[in-house]
Amino acid sequence: MEAKVADQPIFQMQAPVPEPVATPVMEAHAIKMAARDVCVFYGEKQALFDVSLDIRDRSVTALIGPSGCGKSTFLRCLNRMNDTIEGCRVTGTIELDGVNIYSSRVDPVQLRARVGMVFQKPNPFPKSIYENIAYGPRIHGLASSKADLDEIVVNSLKKAGLFEEVKDRLNESGTGLSGGQQQRLCIARAISVNPEVILMDEPCSALDPIATARIESLMEELKQNYCIVIVTHSMQQAARVSQRTAFFHMGFLVEEGDTTDVFTNPKLERTQDYITGRFG
Amino acid sequence: MDTHEHIVRSYEEELSALNNKIAKMGGLAEQVLGQSIDALEGRDPDLAAATIQQDEAIDLLEAEIEEQVIAMIARRQPMAYDLRQIMAALRISTDLERIGDLGKNIAKRALAVVGEQQPKQLMLGLKHMGELALGQLKEVLDAYIERDADRALRVWYTDEDIDAMYNSLFRELLTYMMEDPRNIGLCTHLLFGAKNIERIGDHATNIAETVYFLVHGRPITDQRPKSDTTSSTPVALRSAG
Repeated sequence: MEAKVADQPIFQMQAPVPEPVATPVMEAHAIKMAARDVCVFYGEKQALFDVSLDIRDRSVTALIGPSGCGKSTFLRCLNRMNDTIEGCRVTGTIELDGVNIYSSRVDPVQLRARVGMVFQKPNPFPKSIYENIAYGPRIHGLASSKADLDEIVVNSLKKAGLFEEVKDRLNESGTGLSGGQQQRLCIARAISVNPEVILMDEPCSALDPIATARIESLMEELKQNYCIVIVTHSMQQAARVSQRTAFFHMGFLVEEGDTTDVFTNPKLERTQDYITGRFG
Repeated sequence: MDTHEHIVRSYEEELSALNNKIAKMGGLAEQVLGQSIDALEGRDPDLAAATIQQDEAIDLLEAEIEEQVIAMIARRQPMAYDLRQIMAALRISTDLERIGDLGKNIAKRALAVVGEQQPKQLMLGLKHMGELALGQLKEVLDAYIERDADRALRVWYTDEDIDAMYNSLFRELLTYMMEDPRNIGLCTHLLFGAKNIERIGDHATNIAETVYFLVHGRPITDQRPKSDTTSSTPVALRSAG
């Protein structure tokens, strides 16, 4: 007779089955600004060709590309700064909350209060720190009293991360601050009129790494409440601060997507060549 | 993806140096694996000792690659395809280092079975499995050098063959051990050797996944059945009654 003495498996260890990992879903952001078929001409020369781009609210969109690619031109279209340049013509539409900002009903001065701008070189007014910030709210009639205005100035400086450094010298000249402080003053000035969108044209290119880090950290905070569009020549900066990246080349929008995708696995060779520093 | 040259030539040179180090490391790993199986099959203590020695060169290369990768990330802040090349080199070097260790382990077992007098027929399955793993390793390293994702994918699929062979070898060695307890010593060493080869196949598969990611920027999404079932195979012992 044959009996089974042991019929138990000697090894029963099973490799653990990995749990399916849920892909993190980017929080859906509303479209704040929508450009459609935007062309820009300086006289005879066309600088931008049929650019269509959605810009999301409460996030940072970076515009990258080599010099002369049209990224700054595009940025300036977003608050009609190009209107001030003689011979400049813009076609196509750019909507802010669904309203075309190039419509005749839109007042460019009011628009620029809603879409503020920070420039490459800090450009404080040659006035006191306080006046630098109070100027905008005053002309836009945002403060009804001195106390109101004081509050706006303090809040704007706080939001720009500058208040602690300058609270004892609000009456000193803004031009006496360091480069990084001046740039944060300009950001405070832009914030003071309650904008919805902040445009930044290479805001850190004149700053040292510490001042740059402060601005970048500030952008992270500001994006909780504002729609931010930044033009930068630093790929690393674009990769660090933005959620969406748009690559411009020779007046065309070449590729646009989630920043992580653009910097790890761009769809097009031209984007890859640019961000990795190769000949195109 | 075809890429153009870097504007900064030294960056291009560093990437190419990294590539060459992986190629060199891969060549050494192939050698260690091939020799360890020959040593086991031929019960050749000299070859086994030389093979164990050779693994050190692989370990050194791994350390060099890791150092270079860290320096490149810090100094170049690589993006896109460059970043993937650098990360791929780091990951592949880890797999190759493990392959070297597993090969060394087989060579050590070759030393342990030198005196054994069992028939060489016992070795055939293991030798065949080793050849298969060596073929996979060569193929996946070529896929890396050529940046050929399709070739890498084929290696990835054929890992099943190694797993299947390991399963059958496991059963075969069990029968030898049941047949004659004097075979147990040798067969246990061979079983561990076979397990090492199976693990080498898994590392070749990892490299295939890395090559695919390097080329396409996304992981392989297909499902491949896990086919090493030996860990859940019941062993029925029979006793005459």
